[in-house]
Amino acid sequence: MRLAVQPQLSALDPRLAAEGLEAELRLTLPSDVGLVEDAVNVVARHLEASFVDRHTIRFNLRVALGEALLNAILYGNCEDDAKGVAVRVLFGRHAIEMEVTDEGGGFDYRCVPDPTLPANRLRPCGRGLFLIRQLVDEVRFNDAGNSICMILRRT
Amino acid sequence: MAFNARKQPGGILVIEVDGQLIVGNRQELKQLVLDALEAGDRKFLIDFTKTGFIDSSGLGVLVSLSKKIRDEGGDLRLAGLNEDLKTLFELTKLDTLFAITDSAQQALAAF
Repeated sequence: MRLAVQPQLSALDPRLAAEGLEAELRLTLPSDVGLVEDAVNVVARHLEASFVDRHTIRFNLRVALGEALLNAILYGNCEDDAKGVAVRVLFGRHAIEMEVTDEGGGFDYRCVPDPTLPANRLRPCGRGLFLIRQLVDEVRFNDAGNSICMILRRT
Repeated sequence: MAFNARKQPGGILVIEVDGQLIVGNRQELKQLVLDALEAGDRKFLIDFTKTGFIDSSGLGVLVSLSKKIRDEGGDLRLAGLNEDLKTLFELTKLDTLFAITDSAQQALAAF
């Protein structure tokens, strides 16, 4: 199954442009993990030409956005076909802000175990959010815990 | 096909991951290894030379297989990780859990 939803691309408010965020890309995908790769590729393709560092797009963005989408689909929406995941990306030459929002009840992002501790290293899960935190410059959640905002900056 | 398995001298099962190890195909790798374990194989080498990407669920299945193989008295080694994949293993400290070599040949020689 391919990603059916066409992304919407728009120019931004001049105030955001002052923060280095010059355009906006939005897409919504159904709760199907098979669409994560397509969604990440759509975003990467749109940003690659304008962002200053191509490797950041190919590695940091790809891993972080992919993990955020997986978490949203698997744990946020519990793979419920009736629920979607909204992606909003603001971007410019030196900054990218990616927001991924699911329709679940959220979770306590402050209480996620560190998968690198010896006691957790043999656990098969729990590395997605850790990788996101390692690979982007700033991570924020909304109060409910069902929306993550990941920021990448490069000079 | 994402996984190519072939038996090498010394009874080592080499599994090449072609493309990606992600949530969509991790169960296929898991089943392949579990079936081989059931059939009596104990030495496993997963070769990532042709692999561009591993997500956290792919890392998770490697952890799970490592434990299973060790419990059965076997040995799992990894080889051929590109720089980005090495970074993922280092960040998650999984480089301390697995025997990782640059090439499949090095891993085969070390069994």
